[in-house]
Amino acid sequence: MKKLRYAGVLTAVALALTGCGGEKVGADKPAAAGKDCGTFNLTVSPWVGYEANAAVVSYVATKDLGCKVVEKNLKEEIAWQGFSTGEVDVNLENWGHEDLKQKYITDDKVAVEAGSTGVKGVIGWYVPPWMAKQYPDITDWKSLNKYAGLFKTSESGGKGQLLDGDPSYVTNDEALVKNLSLNYKVVQSGSETALIQAFRDAEKNKKPLLAYFYEPQWFFNEVKLVKINLPAYKTGCDAVPAKVACDYPPYDLDKIVSKKFADSGSPAYDLVKNFKWTNEDQNAVARMIAVDKLTPDAAAEKWVKDNQSTVNTWLGK
Amino acid sequence: MASITGSVEIEVRRPRRSVVVGVVLVVWVAAYFVLRGIDTLVLGGQETTALHRWLNDHRDDVGQGNVFFDAIRIAVDHFVVLLQNLVSQPSFDRPVPAIGWLGVVAISAYCAWAFGNWKVAVLTAAGLGFVGVQGLWQESMDTLALTVAAVLLSLLVAIPLGIWAGLSDRAFKVATLVLDLMQTLPTFVYLAPLTLFFAIGPAAATIATLIYAAPPAVRLTAHAIRSVPPESVEAARSLGSTRGQTLTKVLLPMSRSTVVVGINQTIMAALSMVTVAALIDAPGLGQTVLKALQTLDVGVAFNAGLAIVVLAIVLDRVTTAAGDRPWRTANRRRRILLAAGGVGVLVAVWFSRTYVWAAEFPSQIGIGSQIAKVASDVTNWVQDVFGGFTYGVRDAVTNGLLNPLEALLTGSPWWLVTVVVVALAAVLGGWRGAVPAAVCLGLLVATGVWQDSMVTLASTLLATVVVVAVGLALGVWAGRNRRVDVWIRPVLDAGQTMPPFVYLVPFLALFGTSRFTAIAAAVVFAVPVTTKIVADGIKAVPVATVEAANSVGSSSWQVISKVQLPVARRAITLAVNQGLIYVLSMVVVGGLVGAGALGYDVAAGFAQSELYGKGLAAGLAIVLLGVMLDRITQAAARRTQNFPSRGDKQ
Amino acid sequence: MTAQLEYPDIQDTDALLSVQGLWKVFGPKAQRVPHRPDLAALDRAALYKKTGCTAAVRDLSFGVAPGEVFVVMGLSGSGKSTLVRCLTRLIEPTAGRLIFEGEDLRAADEKRLRALRRSKFSMVFQHFGLLPHRKVIDNVSYGLEIRGESKPDRRRRAQEVIDLVGLAGNEQLYPEQLSGGMQQRVGLARALAGDPDVLLFDEPFSALDPLIRREMQTEVVRLHREVGKTMVFVTHDLSEALKVGDRILLMRDGAAVQLGTGDELVGAPADDYVRQFVRDVPRADVLTLRWIVRDPRPDEPLDGPELGPDLLVREATRLVLESDRPVKVVDHGALLGVIGDEEILAVVADTN
Repeated sequence: MKKLRYAGVLTAVALALTGCGGEKVGADKPAAAGKDCGTFNLTVSPWVGYEANAAVVSYVATKDLGCKVVEKNLKEEIAWQGFSTGEVDVNLENWGHEDLKQKYITDDKVAVEAGSTGVKGVIGWYVPPWMAKQYPDITDWKSLNKYAGLFKTSESGGKGQLLDGDPSYVTNDEALVKNLSLNYKVVQSGSETALIQAFRDAEKNKKPLLAYFYEPQWFFNEVKLVKINLPAYKTGCDAVPAKVACDYPPYDLDKIVSKKFADSGSPAYDLVKNFKWTNEDQNAVARMIAVDKLTPDAAAEKWVKDNQSTVNTWLGK
Repeated sequence: MASITGSVEIEVRRPRRSVVVGVVLVVWVAAYFVLRGIDTLVLGGQETTALHRWLNDHRDDVGQGNVFFDAIRIAVDHFVVLLQNLVSQPSFDRPVPAIGWLGVVAISAYCAWAFGNWKVAVLTAAGLGFVGVQGLWQESMDTLALTVAAVLLSLLVAIPLGIWAGLSDRAFKVATLVLDLMQTLPTFVYLAPLTLFFAIGPAAATIATLIYAAPPAVRLTAHAIRSVPPESVEAARSLGSTRGQTLTKVLLPMSRSTVVVGINQTIMAALSMVTVAALIDAPGLGQTVLKALQTLDVGVAFNAGLAIVVLAIVLDRVTTAAGDRPWRTANRRRRILLAAGGVGVLVAVWFSRTYVWAAEFPSQIGIGSQIAKVASDVTNWVQDVFGGFTYGVRDAVTNGLLNPLEALLTGSPWWLVTVVVVALAAVLGGWRGAVPAAVCLGLLVATGVWQDSMVTLASTLLATVVVVAVGLALGVWAGRNRRVDVWIRPVLDAGQTMPPFVYLVPFLALFGTSRFTAIAAAVVFAVPVTTKIVADGIKAVPVATVEAANSVGSSSWQVISKVQLPVARRAITLAVNQGLIYVLSMVVVGGLVGAGALGYDVAAGFAQSELYGKGLAAGLAIVLLGVMLDRITQAAARRTQNFPSRGDKQ
Repeated sequence: MTAQLEYPDIQDTDALLSVQGLWKVFGPKAQRVPHRPDLAALDRAALYKKTGCTAAVRDLSFGVAPGEVFVVMGLSGSGKSTLVRCLTRLIEPTAGRLIFEGEDLRAADEKRLRALRRSKFSMVFQHFGLLPHRKVIDNVSYGLEIRGESKPDRRRRAQEVIDLVGLAGNEQLYPEQLSGGMQQRVGLARALAGDPDVLLFDEPFSALDPLIRREMQTEVVRLHREVGKTMVFVTHDLSEALKVGDRILLMRDGAAVQLGTGDELVGAPADDYVRQFVRDVPRADVLTLRWIVRDPRPDEPLDGPELGPDLLVREATRLVLESDRPVKVVDHGALLGVIGDEEILAVVADTN
């Protein structure tokens, strides 16, 4: 006990000595951001592509407009709820969700659309590249039954396994398998993490895998998955969920903002509205975050520096 | 579910119960081959029943614009933000939190010393220093702020409730039921609705944590009050104490150490919610874990998970030391030392408010990236070395055990399964087992997710059997050998507090997306608690009893099987029970790695609004499975308990 | 079927504490047992089989005189501990009357009962029932604290009783730091602190080592002499009962078997059960000369020494054996009879 006391005194003295020479808190105050932008709440959905959008918009909003951006990490569904409780102002990448648009935009009138992000979303069935190389005809859905035996696993009950993904996505896969008379069973992987891990393992160890996936996705930087061609999508072919026998529609990923934010006249709203880029742009930023391990802010800074003209169009310069 | 009460039963042993069980099973299998595929109540992934749609339609009716909930939300939000301002977030117009890292370390170590002892004070300082060196200071402080807020609020609710349940038998029964529900209802079920009540933000995260974390404190407070020696209470009454005096001067002080165990459990439960609460924007280490998993960065996720484990171990050891403190240590010298220490703490806080080096954790000595790299390398190595072998194990277990069991459960008509389970419950546990089984199975049919429930039941049964087997083996080993016990505890602690999300990725690599992966994850999560309870039970067997067995020349195995296990029966029942609850609480996590069924339904209900009702029904189905299995095992344990235990004398 | 139980009038006794027709029945619908003669008559096993109830105390009546040490004795499970708890309603009796200083205790409300417990009764427990989180002095002053006495007052009073029971110097220790015997002294001091009229002891020394036990018994006898309290003392140890008790109530299965002084139990056991119970008692230490006198034989000389009838046999042994003629036992001038060598030897040599 006594030793402890001496140790305490010694530490205090040591601290006092070293401390006196230290830099004081608040010595270099950051320049207070002026301008008339205010604060807005930005939901950040749990995938890297979205993070890329969020990183760039938030970087520009903070640096060029002097806004304060509060990022909230939320699942999509909860972000939509946030429009009605006032906790969320901006969603920068929305995948369809016609039902939620109906509820929150048309019925409750708490949110409004803020145009396309320019990024095109693709959903479909994919195989790892080695399979596409070894079985070139596999990309045609008609030959899937021929290869069903390859995809058998402990989970698929004697049929081929079609691995489905994150529960956040509405899929037609059970109906597709039935309506296209495929000898497959839909197995729920349950998460994006599980899907990516499965593809990584499949490509590395040359294991067969057929799974639901989507673009843009940072993982394409690592493994170039190959899409299976299902019967082509025609408008309305997916109208009745139980009778779907065609591919998923192409998605024009768009932005949603709260009514309150849209009506606020904040320059940030104009930025969000004008924000538009391409799959390649998003992939580049996502890659810096996911593969190069840059912080989102650093990744955004780098991209903005290289693409100042695009940014200027968002800012209306 | 953990009923710790016991009672003397008049033994009504039916002849050859195992034969009856065998006959029932054989009849079931025979009937299965005749009836399979009939009335199996299949419901597809995107399909819903009328009940599910009704739940969907009424989801938004609750909580909107309610003054009561708003008041709670504002109060909780302010409380959490206050704590964050103190330790984690820049506040009060300063670029740093009100108290810098040096101040936090000093205050924490001081508290550990004052409530525990100097050893845990050193551990506290080292632990906090470690998370700082990991490069996770701010995240850890956010987590700590939220955890402290949730734990304090939990205790505010739980301790009075626990006292009430300790004093009143009726309250005890009701509380046990409600707590069972709170602990088995998957968090995902109430996570999204909570954001409707309390909006997105600290309040919802804190309250979600509270719901999950409060039950142990209620249970253990009630248990503590109930186990105060009756003579002390009688002595107080015989001197004319009022009820209030008995409570404040006798019951509460004498319950202290058990209540502290309850607080300890509450803290552990709150920490295990860190990652889940991150799904509704709870700040802190959970965010780091989730972000890392988006890019399958096992290393970074492990680093953050490790910080959670370190915080958990520190908090665990400090609370344990506080609970074990003997009464006699409050003396003058200590008081003087404490006062001196207090001055030192104030100095440290002043430094941490004044100088940058003491305010912001120095970033140049970060080893977080090294830890992350080592973790990734080890994971990759394990995957490369064992990858092929593990798939073989998976397929053998799945095809040999899981698939037949699942086929039997899902392929039989629902009424056949019901009849068989109720019959088995009746044989094993009498009416105490049969009635709850019948009610639960009836309600399961009503939830509309019968088929998925049976799939989950098959996996749950298999996982629980493995958990109990492993837990018994490890627990007996640790209970009989002090050295093993000392080494195994930290590993068990880590297994219990490391967020399952962290080890899901390596597991996915080893076993692929499958029900087996989910079972393996559940086993890792549930084995520690089972082992601990068994070990404690074995250690509590009176030395004299073991010596008596040894003195007549029993072999080790005979001592274990004929003396230690039977005497520790109550602890083992509790261990099975807790193992089951832990397995069930992993059902949803299992759904994220390919277990499908109820776990997937709940996760989907959280993510898609049109599946909300189904998710809620699936969550309730998990609870029903839990209640059913629990009641059957408890009733069976009661029936086989053939000697009265201590304290049963009327 | 139900019979109204009858009790004598309250005033009908000069005892300090009077117990009349007391019942304590555990189990479902316990209330019916004392009131239904058919049930009340059943023995333990039959009663349990028929009703699921156990009668821990059945139909006991006795009075405790002021200043008396009244011992309740019986084997474990005989209901003696339940009985002593019923006396202050720590356990609520099922039926019967409890009269203390002319007041019906069973009619007392919660508040009155508390007042009585604070000032009139106190109890010493088998396992001490101390509060581990309080120092010795705070344990002793607990009763004073809850009845609201000021700190200096209770410190002073606590110190008095601590000195009285021989605990001086241990005031600042915690119970766990004391030996069992010392802990029970704390229990004793706590019971004495409130200066009660009646002290209740529930097997106070059975958890102690034999040597300590004897020491504590002596202590109780000394205290009784010094403070002169009325005591109800529960024990399963006959020698303890004989040592401390004025009168002994022997219980079996909740019912009274015999009530009397120690020498009455040994000298005139009521039945075989009592006889078995007292078999191992060294009779010479318990029996007085009154129990072994015989009428003088016609040829005997009556000029031997005279002794009183209440002298213990052991104490008379030497004198009787040394005398060459029978010793006369004389009570207030009246000759009760004589005692010769053979009577003395029969008692002293008899180990049965």
